[in-house]
Amino acid sequence: MSVQLTRSSQPRRKRPAGKVWLFAVPGMTLFAVFWLLPMLRLVGVGASGPTGAMAYLAVLTNRHYLWSLVATLLLSAVVTVATLAISSSVGLFLQRNRFPGKSLLMAMLTFPLAFPGVVVGFMVIMLAGRQGLIGALTDKLFGEPLVFAYSLAGLFIGYLYFSIPRVILTVMAAAEKLDPALEEAARSLGANPLRVFFDVVAPALTPALISSGAICFATSIGAFGTAFTLATNIDVLPMAIYNEFTSYANFAMAAALSIVLGLITWIALALARSLSGSSVPATA
Amino acid sequence: MKNSLRFYLQLTFTLLVCAFLIVPVVLSVLAGVTENFFVGLSSGFTLRWVAQVWDTYQMTIWRSVLIAVACLAVTLVVGVPLAYMLARHQGGNSRLARIFEELLMMPVAVPGLATALALIMAYGQYRAFRGSLLFILVGHVLFTLPFMVRPVLAVMQSSQLAVLEEAAASLGAGMRQRFFGVVIPNAASGILAGALMVVTLSIGEFNITWMLHTPLTMTLPVGLADAYASMRLEVGSAYTLIFLLMIVPLLVAMQWVTQTSRTRVRL
Repeated sequence: MSVQLTRSSQPRRKRPAGKVWLFAVPGMTLFAVFWLLPMLRLVGVGASGPTGAMAYLAVLTNRHYLWSLVATLLLSAVVTVATLAISSSVGLFLQRNRFPGKSLLMAMLTFPLAFPGVVVGFMVIMLAGRQGLIGALTDKLFGEPLVFAYSLAGLFIGYLYFSIPRVILTVMAAAEKLDPALEEAARSLGANPLRVFFDVVAPALTPALISSGAICFATSIGAFGTAFTLATNIDVLPMAIYNEFTSYANFAMAAALSIVLGLITWIALALARSLSGSSVPATA
Repeated sequence: MKNSLRFYLQLTFTLLVCAFLIVPVVLSVLAGVTENFFVGLSSGFTLRWVAQVWDTYQMTIWRSVLIAVACLAVTLVVGVPLAYMLARHQGGNSRLARIFEELLMMPVAVPGLATALALIMAYGQYRAFRGSLLFILVGHVLFTLPFMVRPVLAVMQSSQLAVLEEAAASLGAGMRQRFFGVVIPNAASGILAGALMVVTLSIGEFNITWMLHTPLTMTLPVGLADAYASMRLEVGSAYTLIFLLMIVPLLVAMQWVTQTSRTRVRL
């Protein structure tokens, strides 16, 4: 109402708020020219192969792509569940307790946040690669080095490494808003710790867990750098697209597969947002 | 007694997770300055690998810095006004603004591989553009723009700023005057947070850049992938060490910004 007042008290300026859309012109033009139009074109290219628009179904009809898709989805789902379990227990612990060295611990836990996928891949090699720590330890203990960096297991470790810091931060932010009086009330009414957790703490954390889980799932599906560093023959969908494009120059199939991949990640994020009821801050 | 046992169990678990995240980093840093990592630390420390990386990959570092700075400039010039429009169009509850916000997130939500392929299919035939750093810059701007817009938008949507702007307007300030004299100075904390995020993300961007780069436009993360694939472990480690040295100041600054802005909010 006060806005109306100020507007009417300034007859000198014509439509004072009318031109604010101009501020969006440079940004949205850039976006339209370099993302929206190229994406539409990519959709067209996807249907330009020998099989036409059927290429979009190839991910289901072609045994090889279907397997890549299933492996990608399964891996991402397992990573998401493991990350949520690990990070929520660590995040809750850090939010609840004060002890010397906590801020240092926090700093170390969030340090890998800025690592790109390639560096994460290298960290996995450091842990489980041919000259890695786990290999050296198992060699000493059992006389046989355990090396699993260059496979789906290595990719699993990499995505875990990538996701844990992000989810810890989200869980801590959500737990900060939790009212400790609610838990106290539940406890004073005789609920055991497990009951308190599942009836009071977990429901309050659910929106944060759903949204960060969706981000974790979507980034695991689309991530490329980690797999690329570990081995180019790991059978996940982003690597299939990469090989289709560079090794076989099959542009139509690469385009169709990447549109399908993009749709899956976008749907996962949109679903999570409608479920958790708040906007999902993507931190991929 | 029972409680303290639980505390120590949880602490142990947290320390294990921390070790999982930090031990590889420490190993990598050590490997980067060790004569022969396979033999062990007893082979002696050396800066030989760092020097070798500097000789071979120096240009990738400068290119990444250049692209990050350019990316920051573009996202500032384009993103801050865009955030203003999103915050103020039709008094702040505009359907169009919500659609724009949603669209801007797409390059982050969709895998970088798809964005890169789309750019190549649409503009790959313009050879000069395709082979220049500008091509990579476009990809980075698309990916980082929402990270500039979001924090700035959050600050601009705070009620306090709307009141200040109204006061300025009632005193006769035009839109341009309000934008530069009231909105930008008051959104400084959001702009700073966004700027740090944009630079950090641009320096580390790989998924889009890998598809867009040519041998002459290799950036730091692309160089890293190249070194991991073709050089000995010590060289890859030394290269990673240089990368870490570049992003640590950015991370510390980001931590500092979030902390100071949080205390300001509490006041």
